[in-house]
Amino acid sequence: MENLFSIGIDVGSTTVKIVILNQENVVIYKNYVRHFSEVKNTLLFELKEIIKQIGDIKVKVAITGSAGLGLAQKSNIDFVQEVHSAFLSVKKYYPDTDCVIELGGEDAKIIFLTNGVEERMNGSCAGGTGAFIDQMATLLGVSVDELDKLSLKAEKIYPIASRCGVFAKSDIQPLINQGARKEDIAASIFHSVVDQTVSGLAQGRKIEGKVLFLGGPLSFIQGLRNAFTSTLHLDEEHAIFPPLGPVFMALGAALYSQTTNKTYSLKELISLIENTDMSGNFVVTEPLFKSLEEYQAFQKRHQRSDAKYRDISTYEGDAYLGIDSGSTTTKLVLLSKDYEILYSHYVSSKGRPLDIVVEQLKTIYDKIGTRNIKIVSSAVTGYGEELIKAGLGIANGIVETVAHFKAASYFCPDVDFIIDIGGQDIKCFKIKNHAIDSIILNEACSSGCGSFIQSFAEALGYDIATFAKMGLFALHPVDLGSRCTVFMNSQVKQAQKDGASIDDISAGLSQSIIKNAIYKVIRVKKVEELGNKVVVQGGTFLNDAVLRSFERELGIDVIRPQISELMGAFGAAIYASKHLPEHSELLTREQLDHFAYKSINSICKACTAHCQLNIINFNGGHRYISGNRCDKVSTNVAKSSLPSLYDYKFDKLLAYQNKYGEKESKALVGLPLGLNFYDQIPFFTTLFNELGFRVIFSDVTSRKTYYKGQHTIASDTACYPAKLMHGHIKDLLEKNVSFIFYPCQTYNYDEKESDNHYNCPIVAYYPETLKANMEELNSDNFISPYLDLNNPEQVADALKKSLKKYHLKKKDIVSALKKAYEEENAYHKDIYEKGQEYIALARKEHAKIIVLAGRPYHIDPEINHGIAHYISSLGLLVLSEDALSYQEHSPKLYILNQWTYHSRLFKAACYILDQKDMQMIQLVSFGCGIDAITTDELRYLLESNGKLYTQLKIDEINNLGALKIRIRSLLAAMEEK
Amino acid sequence: MEEKHYKTFTKEMKATHTILFPDMLPIHFELFKRIFELEGYKVECLHNSSRAVVDEGLMHVHNDACYPALLVVGQFIDALKSGKYDVNKVALLMSQTGGGCRASNYINLIRKALEEEYPQIPVISLNFSGLEKDPNSGFVLKVRDYLRLIYCSYYGDLLMSIYNQVLPYELEKGESKKVLDDLSAKIKSFIGTKKLYRLKKITLMIINEFKKVKVSNEKKVKVGIVGEIYVKYSPLANNHLEDFLHKENCEVVIPALMDFIMYSADATIWNHKTYKNKNKLAAIYKIGYKIMYHFQKKINHIITKNSHFEPFHDFEKLKALANKLISEGVVMGEGWLIPAEMAMLIESGTNNIVTAQPFGCLPNHIVSKGMQRTIKKYYPDANIVAIDYDPGATQVNQENRIKLMLSNSRLK
Repeated sequence: MENLFSIGIDVGSTTVKIVILNQENVVIYKNYVRHFSEVKNTLLFELKEIIKQIGDIKVKVAITGSAGLGLAQKSNIDFVQEVHSAFLSVKKYYPDTDCVIELGGEDAKIIFLTNGVEERMNGSCAGGTGAFIDQMATLLGVSVDELDKLSLKAEKIYPIASRCGVFAKSDIQPLINQGARKEDIAASIFHSVVDQTVSGLAQGRKIEGKVLFLGGPLSFIQGLRNAFTSTLHLDEEHAIFPPLGPVFMALGAALYSQTTNKTYSLKELISLIENTDMSGNFVVTEPLFKSLEEYQAFQKRHQRSDAKYRDISTYEGDAYLGIDSGSTTTKLVLLSKDYEILYSHYVSSKGRPLDIVVEQLKTIYDKIGTRNIKIVSSAVTGYGEELIKAGLGIANGIVETVAHFKAASYFCPDVDFIIDIGGQDIKCFKIKNHAIDSIILNEACSSGCGSFIQSFAEALGYDIATFAKMGLFALHPVDLGSRCTVFMNSQVKQAQKDGASIDDISAGLSQSIIKNAIYKVIRVKKVEELGNKVVVQGGTFLNDAVLRSFERELGIDVIRPQISELMGAFGAAIYASKHLPEHSELLTREQLDHFAYKSINSICKACTAHCQLNIINFNGGHRYISGNRCDKVSTNVAKSSLPSLYDYKFDKLLAYQNKYGEKESKALVGLPLGLNFYDQIPFFTTLFNELGFRVIFSDVTSRKTYYKGQHTIASDTACYPAKLMHGHIKDLLEKNVSFIFYPCQTYNYDEKESDNHYNCPIVAYYPETLKANMEELNSDNFISPYLDLNNPEQVADALKKSLKKYHLKKKDIVSALKKAYEEENAYHKDIYEKGQEYIALARKEHAKIIVLAGRPYHIDPEINHGIAHYISSLGLLVLSEDALSYQEHSPKLYILNQWTYHSRLFKAACYILDQKDMQMIQLVSFGCGIDAITTDELRYLLESNGKLYTQLKIDEINNLGALKIRIRSLLAAMEEK
Repeated sequence: MEEKHYKTFTKEMKATHTILFPDMLPIHFELFKRIFELEGYKVECLHNSSRAVVDEGLMHVHNDACYPALLVVGQFIDALKSGKYDVNKVALLMSQTGGGCRASNYINLIRKALEEEYPQIPVISLNFSGLEKDPNSGFVLKVRDYLRLIYCSYYGDLLMSIYNQVLPYELEKGESKKVLDDLSAKIKSFIGTKKLYRLKKITLMIINEFKKVKVSNEKKVKVGIVGEIYVKYSPLANNHLEDFLHKENCEVVIPALMDFIMYSADATIWNHKTYKNKNKLAAIYKIGYKIMYHFQKKINHIITKNSHFEPFHDFEKLKALANKLISEGVVMGEGWLIPAEMAMLIESGTNNIVTAQPFGCLPNHIVSKGMQRTIKKYYPDANIVAIDYDPGATQVNQENRIKLMLSNSRLK
């Protein structure tokens, strides 16, 4: 009989892997190639190569891999799910493995083999995968190889969220802009991948024993391997990186093929695949342009909106410098006093914005030479604002929204609506009476849209300009919908599977960026909402396909200035012309020659928060410190003389721990310092103290708290405050408490004037999740009765029952409860009175007041990332929502107002409606489903009463940068009002 | 500030307006429709399901709101824009539970979505918890309607359950569907007559008709579907999950709608009993629960005595499982019902389970993803995959994960 071989084909999201086994299951051929979405052609080419090398052998065949399913179905070749194929090859070649981790292009998988086989894949998110690493390398302006090499020289690790690329980006961007070392960032990126794998995939199950690491990234990236082995505490014996790692799935498919019935000669296989029609039923839309003439007319119309230029060598007089240090690019504009552009530059920041600005300034000085041009004023905006301002002596630092508005007004003085799509941000402003009326910014979850198309182009092997042009005349643009850019990967994968061409995908991506902006960020219901004059700007709109899609989707003509990408810098220069410093401190040519700086990492020891500081020493002797959350070490955070109610509340609650002294006690009760306890500490500490127990809290939250409980978190999309509870429980167990007390509460206090008084499902039942996922907990050390605090009788009975070990008398419980209710009331009253006192103080000092409204647990500095301090540092007084809601009535609402904490928001909002010096900022934790309901209602309530609405969305990432833009935009708008 | 006033569905509108309601349970809703028609309402169940539904939803609803809200709103708006209806002569009907989950606010989200473009369209709340009491409302259900709804829910459940048990094995393609359609039509014709209340007769009729379908004795992998109620049932929301599983050569097991209704009643009773609150409805719910459970027992008895079909999950047993795994006190969203159903499925021989939920669904953090570990502890053979649904998730990703679960099932 003729020799029969088995061939396994693994078609992943970015690569094709092929393995051929002989009858003894020895690998006689393997290959790993990128397919650039040309799956069919790549595969045919490879098979033909094999015939050349080995000859036309007889084979059994199976396909595996996320992008192979379509091919398998249509060609009728056997298919095996890729995790399963990994399982098969592990069983065969490494049977003593306990756990397998495989990272692919967009998928991450884990297989537990010991104690019950369990196979898991990442959810709908591409975070923590090869695609994520590619994206991060692009952001740093290096190749993946270079990223790896950099990481090996790291000195410290920063916390970075790898949940999805967009989040991580918002963590990394500030690090870059603050001048953190690339080596450290590189290593931090790999560590974040490990974190994602541990929390996202293992979900409570420990990774231990002999671990097998598979897939491209884990085979090729040393830094990533190191991060895994060190985090999981694996030695060489227990961390296996098999030589066949990259093609392991293909190997499994080859094994699987041996169980199938069909045999082919390679030639038969080739013709079978050749004749497979891969085109599918993807939804298509109209071409962007039907003819060249149409495109030319479009181009001509937009060329009309251009800035004035002047050759710098013909000019003498005053000049204004504008700098926009954006998320991925740096822009500079030098203007004459008539706003003619004397010089402009647009360049990718490549992770070193300060160096780029220094180079450019030198170029400008060189161009000026000995001519009489004086840069009398300057302004900088964007992410890198503070660093560049401090380093180079720039006169003004302004928020981006102001810069963009100034620039748009130059091109269209009566503009109604501005939309700016940059590398990472979408900013939209409605203009009323020549002032910014409202601002819409994209949330952390859908940002990154501009740079996404670039990463995509590069992943497919094109530069962005070429890629964008390919879409202009595409005949059948793919309708990719308006999904978040992170999910777009898989949508595109599906379109490719169905046979869409690169042209069609390019056009589809341009359209989808626009749909994302219109439907998800601005949420336009009617075009008229936007007004008649719409100005679009930002680098992304330089792409004609994007611009065309925007006009097409809205059905109107818009203005796109030819300097679309420079608008931030242009606006900054205009701003500079109107805000002249007494004398310019901009570094001179000589000073620039000697300009140097050194970046040092340090941990702040001023308080227990231990912020990771990044200190930049400029050789002029001054320094720039970032990373701090408070004003103790200053330079970027000014000292505030005004108190903040957030501090007051936090200190007051913590003090309850020692309020009742250390007397003899029946037992030590641990209360986790999180979620509803930030509201109920006065109640429960008093209650237990009255009953003769001593109470201690878990330690104040820090990033460490999160890591402590991370591996027991069951749902990676739950909110950050909930996830922190795992660490708090661990902490209490380490403190050797007699028991942890954490009741379930379907209902919260009935504070009247609301439709009901529920807790949100998370606050209500999180103890159940902890019990189910932390194996250390049992009915002895974790006491969690169901309580309704509105009914003292019920609470007394439930406590008696759940604490029966301590033989409490009902009468004692009842009298302790009475004290507890009194204390709770006294606490709320005190917060209210303190609020009134602070309001009076602010008014005396003519300071504006910000109501930072969230849930009780938002006063936790780890949860709010020091936002309250930042607002205080701007000279504003910060109040909490419960300082105002205490005696206030509820406004008329158009939702079912049925959650106690949320009803406080509305009451507090009601309080400020007629207070001229008060504005509200709503804090929203990412993943808070209830706030999806309250935010729109609160926005309506505030805006229809002439107030501004600002929302800050916060998550585990510590990215004050994006939040500062929102807060400062609000301030700018308050000043204009 | 100007007060907003939302339109009420008046008594006069009963004659002039068509009431639209969203798609969820195709078999049940056809029966419900008839109940409303008999009371003189003009009703129509929506079936539009193009991508435009999702786009309209995204445009009109806060994007962090859950997927069901987004789809329901999207389906309404898309229908209104289709030109098929006189927008001055339609009303919308939406159910409302009043529980602590945000789903109780769907109705308000619908109103907000409509207020700019269709302020004239009234939105009716269908609830059993006394929400939105309006003396002027022209949409009033009578006691007989509630009774009919309960009977029809049981018949719908029976049809759905047994149809799913027969379909994968039918020898002649399309035969089960024909039986299903015939039975649906027949039961529909009973509504309004006394025949509807002959529980035993109708149950037997359903069993016997399905028994006539010729089946193979091939063995197929059984896959249960649990999860958030809308995503679990609605093909629009779950990307036709049932069809996909059928194509993968599985037998699909879907727990009954009545489980959810009894769960809701039980939740009110439990809260009342535990927290001693003054819920006047609790007494009615208690009686209602007793009747419903009695019916269920009766039906189950008939099924087991007369056929090999799998009966409904005995509700008292479900409750016992809930208390073993979590607590009967977890009552927001689908609450304890999800872990209890998973356990019940496993105990009745369906180890493979898809739990379907909207992305970021709050109760599901606790009762679905949060409970996987506990389920695994009690049932080491459980093979569960959690699938999130949202406008961004792609079918290819979801199906790949389900396929993984299926290949796990074949390991054993």
